[in-house]
Amino acid sequence: MPIILNHSLIFLLLLFNLSVSGATVPNQTLKLLTSSSFDDKARAIEQLAQTGSETSERLLNAMAQGDLYYVKSNKRIVLTKNQDSKIQLTDAMTGEDLGLVSKRKVKKVSVNNKLRGQISTVISNFKLSHLDANIRLIAVENLMADASPEMLSQLQAMKQKESDPDVIDAIDTVTAFSQLKSTNLIQQLSAIETLDGHLNAEVLVRLKQLNLSSSNASVRLAAKKSISHIESKVSIFGHLETLFFGLSLGSILALAAIGLAITFGVMGVINMAHGELIMIGAYTTYVIQLLMPNHIAASLLVAIPAAFLVSALVGILIERSVIRFLYGRPLETLLATFGISLFLQQAVRSIFSPLNRPVVSPEWMSGSLEINALLSITYNRLYIFFFCLTIFALLYLIMTKTSLGLHVRAISQNRSMARAMGVRSQWVDVMTFGLGSGIAGVAGVALSQITNVGPNLGQAYIVDSFMVVVFGGVGNLWGTLISGLTLGVVGKFLEPATGAVLAKVLVLLFIILYIQKRPRGMFPQKGRAAGQ
Amino acid sequence: MIRKILQNHLHGRIFLCLLLILTLYVAFANLLLPSDHLLYVSTYTVTLLGKYLTYALLAIAVDLVWGYLGILSLGHGAFFALGGYVMGMYLMRQVGDRGVYGNPLLADFMVFLNWDSLPWFWLGFDQFWFAAIMIMLVPGTLAFVFGWFAFRSRVTGVYLSIMTQAMTYALMLAFFRNEMGFGGNNGLTDFKDLLGFSLQSDSMRVGLFVSSALALALGYWSCRAIVNSKLGRVSVAIRDSEDRVRFLGYQVDHFKLWVFTFSAVLAGIAGALYVPQVGIINPSEFSPINSIEIVVWVAVGGRATLLGAILGALMVNYAKTYFTGAFPEIWLFALGGLFIAVTLFAPRGVLGFFQRQDNRKSANQVGTE
Amino acid sequence: MSNLTGLQNLTRRDQIFKFLINPNELEIDTSKGDILYIEDLSVSFDGFKAIDNLNLYLREGELRCIIGPNGAGKTTLMDIITGKTRPDSGSVYLGQNINLLEYNESEIAQLGIGRKFQKPTVFEQQSVFENLELSMAGNKHVWHTLTTQLCGEEIDRCDEILQQAGLIEMKQLPAGLLSHGQKQWLEIAMLVMQQPKVLLVDEPVSGMTHQEMEKTAELLNSLAGKHTVVVVEHDIDFVRSIASQVTVLHQGRVLAEGSMEQVQSNPAVVEVYLGE
Repeated sequence: MPIILNHSLIFLLLLFNLSVSGATVPNQTLKLLTSSSFDDKARAIEQLAQTGSETSERLLNAMAQGDLYYVKSNKRIVLTKNQDSKIQLTDAMTGEDLGLVSKRKVKKVSVNNKLRGQISTVISNFKLSHLDANIRLIAVENLMADASPEMLSQLQAMKQKESDPDVIDAIDTVTAFSQLKSTNLIQQLSAIETLDGHLNAEVLVRLKQLNLSSSNASVRLAAKKSISHIESKVSIFGHLETLFFGLSLGSILALAAIGLAITFGVMGVINMAHGELIMIGAYTTYVIQLLMPNHIAASLLVAIPAAFLVSALVGILIERSVIRFLYGRPLETLLATFGISLFLQQAVRSIFSPLNRPVVSPEWMSGSLEINALLSITYNRLYIFFFCLTIFALLYLIMTKTSLGLHVRAISQNRSMARAMGVRSQWVDVMTFGLGSGIAGVAGVALSQITNVGPNLGQAYIVDSFMVVVFGGVGNLWGTLISGLTLGVVGKFLEPATGAVLAKVLVLLFIILYIQKRPRGMFPQKGRAAGQ
Repeated sequence: MIRKILQNHLHGRIFLCLLLILTLYVAFANLLLPSDHLLYVSTYTVTLLGKYLTYALLAIAVDLVWGYLGILSLGHGAFFALGGYVMGMYLMRQVGDRGVYGNPLLADFMVFLNWDSLPWFWLGFDQFWFAAIMIMLVPGTLAFVFGWFAFRSRVTGVYLSIMTQAMTYALMLAFFRNEMGFGGNNGLTDFKDLLGFSLQSDSMRVGLFVSSALALALGYWSCRAIVNSKLGRVSVAIRDSEDRVRFLGYQVDHFKLWVFTFSAVLAGIAGALYVPQVGIINPSEFSPINSIEIVVWVAVGGRATLLGAILGALMVNYAKTYFTGAFPEIWLFALGGLFIAVTLFAPRGVLGFFQRQDNRKSANQVGTE
Repeated sequence: MSNLTGLQNLTRRDQIFKFLINPNELEIDTSKGDILYIEDLSVSFDGFKAIDNLNLYLREGELRCIIGPNGAGKTTLMDIITGKTRPDSGSVYLGQNINLLEYNESEIAQLGIGRKFQKPTVFEQQSVFENLELSMAGNKHVWHTLTTQLCGEEIDRCDEILQQAGLIEMKQLPAGLLSHGQKQWLEIAMLVMQQPKVLLVDEPVSGMTHQEMEKTAELLNSLAGKHTVVVVEHDIDFVRSIASQVTVLHQGRVLAEGSMEQVQSNPAVVEVYLGE
């Protein structure tokens, strides 16, 4: 029964297929494929090569792998997959499912080594002349390991028509590789010259091999020069990458610390709950993403103002309920805010869960910018860096161009005088604390993109934030920014030599020692009143 | 001498008497009474009380530098932990070949890390006298070096507190690394015996308890001696108005340095007595929150009273034991709330009420010696 | 150049290393009669020149008054002498041999320069007696303060001074409970207890009644001779009642020097003070 069904199915589908001209492979060629003569099949391959279509490529791939069959009864070309003792058939052209048949119904389109070689040449030719430059590039790069002379001449021919510079470069590299192996000295030297400064890893390997194997002194010399040239480039780009990571880390530190710098500089309040305000910002991002699961791309843009508001409100609540009563007593404030931080941590643990919460990065933030083979910059860190600079610019504008900023600066320099001039210091304190807390929340949004969001997020950044503030000098935007960036860069440069943990310890030690020299930080507040 | 120091401090004398009575009672009740007796004290309780007493000693150390000198040290837990690690190293060496890997010289974690010889800094720790000296020397040296740098450059107030926090944080990070050679994040544990006696035996537990009580008594007495002397008064003056004290001719940095170092040594001794009783020392002892908790004990009890520190340490730790047993979820809320409540509503702590009366009495008696 | 002189200083034959010297025991060389030499002193804060090439010489045992309008640099001058502020240039010598710029505040105090501040800075949490005890001249090292007790003589001295200052009743009270005038007197008492060789007194009579002012004038006059006293004051009557020599500062420089009459008739001074 099933056999009859299959047959009728196949028949119907064949009819259907004939009326659909999706395949650009002529029937003539298909017939040749089903022949048992290898010459016929060779001709078929050539014809397929000329069509240059994707279907042909698929057919040829299958053929080379031995997956191309044809149904004995109607010479229909099919692709097969083993399913228990039967075979699953799919039409080679259209990809239609033709059901299960027994093995005896199909016959393989057999190939020999010669045909296989022909097929692989055809396929790589396909790739070489593909419309997409990337595919061409990959095809050429695949030839780097070994390229036959025919291949080389074909590549040279291709180069004439080639427009994409990367592909041209790759062709030159492949040619140079083969020239390295030649016995002609001039060719070798010219090849070395071509390869000089190339950042492809394979190039360095080849040059080193040549250096070891060559008997000619001038070749070795040229090779060595080239090698050192490449190696210096490698190290430069390595440093640039470290610098980038350092700046990225530093911008995050600066962003996390700026809120603290504001509250400490203006109000003399050391807020140990600052880390938790950052954490709240991160959790706000998580909640926003829960609320709008289908708009992850926009979720961050919504999260930024939301986190600002939430953290600012929490901060204002803290200020009004606790800190306000502890003015002039910085050490008590430190203790009380530490209590608040414990409170907030435990609250988050109870409300959400003690485990980390997943926060997704939107599409536009993933991926990276490749500058060359050695240096690629991830987009998320790049965006965060610019985000940080933007926030600082905004803060700078607020501090210098708005009246709130003016009042804040006045109070931080001489509170009693400012009050005497009519500045409502209590109101300014509330606003300042809110601003500082809000910025912390925004920092939390940024952090949620690169680190785990959990109740301990705050604790991980609080000591670092303090270090940035203490190092940079208090109440100074520039100080915090430069200090954060410096610490980030220094830490990252130390890391390869000492490991992440020891690097952190050394940075802490460095700050402790620096404070000996300049107890007020890099950019201290000036003026006689500042000392108090 | 003892009587002379405390002759104006009735509370101090009462405290020492109580401590003596408690020690005798607990020792007697645990060792001599049968376990079903009404007044029996279980070994578990003995150890718990011993632990509390070491915490009390630690609290006194912090009160000395904070209440009387004005240095809010958020890193005293580091000195406590260092003393603990030294004792731990001694105890590890005592394990000998009874460890899991059976290596007579190397500790288990060293074998696990494929080390073939004892690192240089472990040498000598098989001798008790050496370990005893190091218990005082290691935290003391760290305090001295840190203080020398910090006080000389006139770092004070919140900056100094943050520096102490950074110090303990850095130590925590460092000790968590396995390569440091102190057991990494597992720390040192599985101790067997001390001075030849098993750590698990009742008599050893009682012995440790008694030692802790003794250490507390001595610590209290020595701090009282400092506080009552002119050194104490200079310290209080430094706390209130550092610059003025300089202009009177006192080298303020020296005073701070010595008192800070002494306090660190006390903390180290407390840590050394703590470790054999709890049986483990690991890097989380260095974590900043531990150090800040000590400050809360002192604040709750009432700072600048010494007895307040002891009281606070006992009260808060008892509450902690109770809460983490009965309502573990609430403990952090309670602790956080305690911080806030004490700083807002009771800045002078529990003993704050009695403080005023005590002051008047002692003011009448000072200067007539 | 400076490295060479530094090295030369290290190998000098006529001096002991500084760290071996106990400031307490240092002899001040006043063979020429002057005890304080201030020469070409300059200091500026963030661009504002507070002291501008100041020259001042104090004779041993004299009672000098320094007057001048606000911002003239009087307090800054005291800050420099006592080591609180570092000058940009110039020199300050105690006697012929002691360069004050090499010492810190505590050492300068031990060398024998005592200061009373503008605002009373007594230790409010401690008793009046304890305040005096802290100021007492003597060994100020850590170990000494721990181990030694007050002897009978010292206690008597304290009581005597308290009697003079009229504070004997409040001996055991916390100093914070005293009135403003009483605090000023306590601070003067503390200064006297230090037994300094040079007393720098910054506005001693602000907030005092006439009787108190008279008492203060008496005290300062009695101190001169054995000690060298420098008084900074605004109250001209008070200055007249105590001064032998007056120095007028203006914009960081010495404007005029001389007796009270000379200074008062100096046209430049009159101009600056607007007819005072």
